Amino acid sequence: MFAFIIRRLLQSVLVMLTVALIAFGLFRFVGDPINNLVGQDTTLQDREKLRETLGLNDSFIVQFGRYVINTAKGDFGYSYMHRRPVKDMLVERMPATLELSIISVLMALFIGVPMGVYTGLHRNGLLAKIFMSMSLIGISLPTFLIGIMLILLFGVMLRWLPTFGRGEVVALGTWTTGLLTVSGLKALIMPSITLALFQMTLIMRLVRSEMLEVLRTDYIKFARARGLSNRAVNFGHALKNTLVPVITITGLQLGSVIAFAIITESVFQWPGMGKMFIEAVADVDIPVMAAYLCLIALFFVVINLVVDLLYYAVDPRLRIDQGAGGGHG
Amino acid sequence: MRWKSTVIAGALAAATALAAPSVGAKEFKWAFQGNLNSLDPHGLFETFTIGFHGNMYEPLIAYDDKMNVVPALAESFTQTGPNTWRVKMRPGVKFHNGNDLTADDFIFSWKRALTEGSDMKVPAGKIKEIKKIDEMTFDIITPNPNPILPRDLLILYVMDKEWSIEHKTTAATNLKGGEEGNYANLNANGTGPFMVTSHAAGVKTTLKRFDGYWKNIPSNVSKATFTPVSQDATRVAALLSGEMDLSYPVPVQDWQRLKDAPGVQPLAGPEARTIFLGFDQVRDELLYSNIKGKNPFKDVRVRKAFAHAINVEAIKKKVMRGSSVPAGLMVAPQIGGFASELNAHWKYDTAMSKKLLADAGYPDGFEVTMDCPNDRYVNDEKICQAAASMLARVGVKVKVLAQTKSKYFGKVLSQNNYDTSFYLLGWTPGTMDSHQAIEPLIACRTKEKGRGLFNLGGYCNERIHALAPMIESESDQTKRANMIKEVFKIHQDEVGHIPLHQQPLSWGVSDRVTVNQRPDNVLDLRYVVVK
Repeated sequence: MFAFIIRRLLQSVLVMLTVALIAFGLFRFVGDPINNLVGQDTTLQDREKLRETLGLNDSFIVQFGRYVINTAKGDFGYSYMHRRPVKDMLVERMPATLELSIISVLMALFIGVPMGVYTGLHRNGLLAKIFMSMSLIGISLPTFLIGIMLILLFGVMLRWLPTFGRGEVVALGTWTTGLLTVSGLKALIMPSITLALFQMTLIMRLVRSEMLEVLRTDYIKFARARGLSNRAVNFGHALKNTLVPVITITGLQLGSVIAFAIITESVFQWPGMGKMFIEAVADVDIPVMAAYLCLIALFFVVINLVVDLLYYAVDPRLRIDQGAGGGHG
Repeated sequence: MRWKSTVIAGALAAATALAAPSVGAKEFKWAFQGNLNSLDPHGLFETFTIGFHGNMYEPLIAYDDKMNVVPALAESFTQTGPNTWRVKMRPGVKFHNGNDLTADDFIFSWKRALTEGSDMKVPAGKIKEIKKIDEMTFDIITPNPNPILPRDLLILYVMDKEWSIEHKTTAATNLKGGEEGNYANLNANGTGPFMVTSHAAGVKTTLKRFDGYWKNIPSNVSKATFTPVSQDATRVAALLSGEMDLSYPVPVQDWQRLKDAPGVQPLAGPEARTIFLGFDQVRDELLYSNIKGKNPFKDVRVRKAFAHAINVEAIKKKVMRGSSVPAGLMVAPQIGGFASELNAHWKYDTAMSKKLLADAGYPDGFEVTMDCPNDRYVNDEKICQAAASMLARVGVKVKVLAQTKSKYFGKVLSQNNYDTSFYLLGWTPGTMDSHQAIEPLIACRTKEKGRGLFNLGGYCNERIHALAPMIESESDQTKRANMIKEVFKIHQDEVGHIPLHQQPLSWGVSDRVTVNQRPDNVLDLRYVVVK
């Protein structure tokens, strides 16, 4: 178990370095940052001087090496556009993204799992069939379309919910939360539904197919033969064993939701990291782009590690053969 | 005893809640497509940023709502010699923190605008030296005679010297970071009618009316909130739902929707920005063409053929939905030096175009690649595609390479050696004077003097090369206007560029407010009135 963790940590460092290398290689092709940093009247000499100052004339290896060393020291550099430390910007914007992502994942879980169980148990019921058809909508409609439709319906026509932004937020230390104010909660509804819809349908279908499979196994038959109640059989035994793939998927989804809430954040003008990243791409703000990509790589690595560890907690079958468990990760 | 204090606390809370909207408090909320990244007035020479700062900071002279130049912090600003100007600061002006405005504050701000992190070095460089006469008076010495010096200083905002020293922001916010300049990046202290109460770049900026403002203004706004909303659809939705009083820019195709919706309307007008096409006239062989051994754009007949092949009326009707103003000059009517008799666009005549091409030796036309931004000007990519299809009718096959502005400017500007054969560009002269269009766009490229920096095609005419510096230092208004007219006439006869049109300003405004739409797309809160 311990060796497993150590090995995973070493692999993680390798993954992060690779991500940084690829990201840096891409930055050669994203455009010229200098023109975004100066006005149209700025002289050629000053533009050249700025290029020198930012180290943009150095070779790729030098720039990359400098970046890796600085990041290891905890210095993510200064944003070209905002002229502030990137670290400060990340700390400011992270709560918005994390709050949105976690709420939407929880929403997807707490709605998707029960729906999945229901449609698994009542395969041919009318309600189950309705759920399944509606789930097709969640999978096929693109995020921005769902977002804009929700804005149009609830924001413009009904005027129940705000069309953009996070509402009033309360600062708790360095964390800012919208959960403690009415406007913050209202602002959270549409973006999290937009983000949750796809995952919800994914989880629902997954739980459903897993339930259908598990309910046919021998140990379930024996449990019923023993006389255990339906509730004990369905939720105590069957559901627990279906959760392994659900945890994997949710873990992967959480990572990609955090990383790629970009579209939802853009549509709803949600002040999170995704929006910061897409603006950095348009402005060719290389320090911000590099820091964001490395941070996301870190998130994925950590989440995957936690997911693997959770397997042990959930699936009793894995706990039995510990030796094979190390190879399972 | 416990419940008694609870009741009192509850009553107090209720009373505060009821009393919250104070009498006469007028709030104004607006959204723009881009961010306000920094509060440092010397940080970025860009129209939106400078326009926003103009609500908190002020220059010596400023624009009024009709874009006339009126005295602001300078009570008088007069030319006393070919290279000298006498400035008297306005007495009784206070900064937001209560400090008085003195000559020292301008001198300090000028020096700050010359520091490394500043993007105002060019306008600040129009002043060679300042001689202080007394607490409120000083003399400006210019390196050369410059009859429009006041206009050059329209964007040089005055900061409070004591405040800047106290907060260690005596140098403009530097890209390399460090303590210096960071305070002014995130905080503002000016003489303008509004103070910043909170600022989170890319998220929200809130302003509060400064009661000690020296001038009476039409605005009755007491609190203003700015939110950047980058998505067009979301920005329009926020306006329609009543959450915003002003959203801009609004896509041209949404005008009908705004007209139909209750409580909002579109506000459009021609911007002082001219969109034009340019050609590489320097290289002996074009980089992106199928013609080898010679450069078709060096022949004026080819350029004339292009001019006659482009139908700006059709572009206006179909691409710009009737909102653009076709142009023949490189500057808009609002710009000083504009000559209306020269503003007619070339006649749309495909037969003449084909004949000119045949005369020049290209009876079957040729191929060329056109560089175009796709997110910088209104419908920029669509304009390029329309132009390409019009040129196809006369035999010229144009391949449109449309890119996001970072990549487009990264390709076509001087740092990349003007890597283009045929391009689209837009321009507003910052001083609203023709010289600041002639020098960067039309004058011959000279690296040392920094002329022709945005003359991407390298158009060069001897007479214009001689006239440009003369225009800069000519104080006689009539002579100057005539020289400008001469430059434009030569440029037009030689088809140095093909001006297309002035692009439209496009704002969405709620019926609750009246705003003043400036032709440089700047919102001046001084003229915002909440009904």
